[in-house]
Amino acid sequence: MGAADLAEITTPAAEAYSGRGPSPVRITVAYGFWIFLLSDIIMFSALFAAYAVLSGQTAGGPSGRELFELRHVATETLCLLFSSYSCGLGVLAIERRHMAGFYLGFALTFVLGATFLALEVSEFIGMLGRGAGPSRSAFLSAFFSLVGLHGAHVTAGLLWLTFMMAQNAARGPRDFVRRRLLCFSLFWHALDIIWVALLTLVYLMGAR
Amino acid sequence: MEECLAQHAASVDQAPGVGEDAHAGSFTMYTVGLAFALLLTGASFLVSQTNLLWSPGVPAGLAVLAVAQMGVHLVFFLHIGTGPDNANNVLALAFGLLIVTLVVSGSLWIMANLNENMMPTSVIMEMQR
Repeated sequence: MGAADLAEITTPAAEAYSGRGPSPVRITVAYGFWIFLLSDIIMFSALFAAYAVLSGQTAGGPSGRELFELRHVATETLCLLFSSYSCGLGVLAIERRHMAGFYLGFALTFVLGATFLALEVSEFIGMLGRGAGPSRSAFLSAFFSLVGLHGAHVTAGLLWLTFMMAQNAARGPRDFVRRRLLCFSLFWHALDIIWVALLTLVYLMGAR
Repeated sequence: MEECLAQHAASVDQAPGVGEDAHAGSFTMYTVGLAFALLLTGASFLVSQTNLLWSPGVPAGLAVLAVAQMGVHLVFFLHIGTGPDNANNVLALAFGLLIVTLVVSGSLWIMANLNENMMPTSVIMEMQR
């Protein structure tokens, strides 16, 4: 790259953004992943709509008010929120090549995510034990598909996180590793956004 | 090469999740975001568990708090801002929101309408005999 080219890029020109040539890989990768996340949110919106339509159809079975324990749900919410925070700090640390901070942040993210998942699984098992499985009523079918899909995303996120920690240990914080870590953090933050909607619609409104 | 481009292109476009200056100030960003999120979550639990709000207004109050918290997450965690370098991300988000609104409100509208026009269950039972 010549000095003239550099000068052209660094000048805050009045030129249109489209005229400045291709963006760096890091930006196009994150933008593509952002599009994927939005499509994932659209898929969730279909299940949210199904839940909103079916939430009253308990077919004589237990309703949300009898099943949900808000204390339990509050712990789950805090786990997810703090894991999002530690994930963000982990990405900041690796951008500064601060390896200990990165491993600490991501280990904390993993522990908090796993705690969330364990709490959710114990909630599901408790509900199944009370005969409130997904086949009991339309409300419970919608509940298990919506909350279960979120839980499946968290599980996938935990696997991805483990893989990325191993990859960083094996290959070092190269460009492609840091790009994948950036995508992972976007994924994790997006899951937290979906949990906010889930907490409000399913648990807080359902437990009233 | 990529490093070099990434530095010089900072004024060109911005990736979601990358702050305007990823090396300074982002820690504050995350911490402020966490504080706001904790505050809004606490408010949601408070509103749903007490009679602080007029009870028919509680769902609306919860919805407002949830939308506010999603906004906080988008701005402080995903760094979706209003700068000109963020236009692509915001446009994609706006399109996603449009589809989500269509899917959710359309489903609720159609199902409510079907429910309204459905024959009472007792009449259907009679017809099945």
